[in-house]
Amino acid sequence: MSEIREFDCRPNDQTGAESPLAWSFQRGPAPAADAQAGVTLRESAFMGHLILRGGAIVLDEAVREVLGINLPARPNTLAVDAKGERSIQWLSPDEWLILVPGGEEFVLEKALRHALGQAHFSLVNVSGGQTVITLRGPKARETLKKSTPYDVHPSAFPVGKGVTTIFAKTSLILRQPQADCWELIVRRSFADYVYRWLLDAAAEFGVTVERR
Amino acid sequence: MFHIYCPYCEEHREEEEFHPRGQAHLQRPADPENCSDKEWGDYLFFRDNPRGIHHELWVHSVGCRKFFNITRHTANYEILETYKMGERPSITAETLAADERQSGVQAASGGWQTVGARPEDEALNTEARA
Ligand SMILES: [Zn+2]
Repeated sequence: MSEIREFDCRPNDQTGAESPLAWSFQRGPAPAADAQAGVTLRESAFMGHLILRGGAIVLDEAVREVLGINLPARPNTLAVDAKGERSIQWLSPDEWLILVPGGEEFVLEKALRHALGQAHFSLVNVSGGQTVITLRGPKARETLKKSTPYDVHPSAFPVGKGVTTIFAKTSLILRQPQADCWELIVRRSFADYVYRWLLDAAAEFGVTVERR
Repeated sequence: MFHIYCPYCEEHREEEEFHPRGQAHLQRPADPENCSDKEWGDYLFFRDNPRGIHHELWVHSVGCRKFFNITRHTANYEILETYKMGERPSITAETLAADERQSGVQAASGGWQTVGARPEDEALNTEARA
């Protein structure tokens, strides 16, 4: 068992928590609902984000055992579970991002630490530092083309790919876990900026924002 | 704007995602306490500034955030090769010069700078190269 001290970052009382986009939703621009919108924007707030670092050979078995997903070993790829709720993404040769439904991350962290024991690895809960913005709709790809130099053409960016890249003068993780579903993982402090950028970029296609 | 091949991401990425970090393959003196001031000064402050092949350290700062090496031509900015940390370059000024000698074609890699010119006097060329 690991000797690392762990604590659950998620308050289990009724303390109000605000997602990185809460302020933007309340105070920022809010486009009117539009059934014909080319782009639908949504924040998948309060998900569990974990950064796992170490050698692929060391981590692979534990990850498969605990999460039931194979650690993606190929660069810029993404592995999603059967339900499409949990995923692991390759970020660098020794770094992966695990995304799980909110509330599962602490249990998962403990299970992974237990499975990895004294192995040489690092596991950090970064849930509070970033958020996920999903982009759907027939014009989602067009909106991305206006925002990033990365090639998002289907031949270059198939389903199951994910990259860390430049986006609207900032950087974020761009990935396509399912067909016609783009996920943008943005840092908390850049969430409002990226949200406003997307509204502006998608305005010509018609944009609608789904609130929870 | 141009694209650079990251040996860790295994694909070409926008130049904006990278940062240069100077000359590659610098060797820190094994025993800093007992090396001469000249050796230490060379390591700390002095860098090559060649006209031609240069091996450089770059970082994919916006992507995988890994350091890697680029072999670049300082006169025409051509990137000849990128390779991972700990690896040796397969293209160097020496291998390029050998290739030129074999084909009898001059490339702009130092010495004679005329691209595609076949030297009329090989002795003159060797002299310029030395
Ligand atoms: Zn890279």
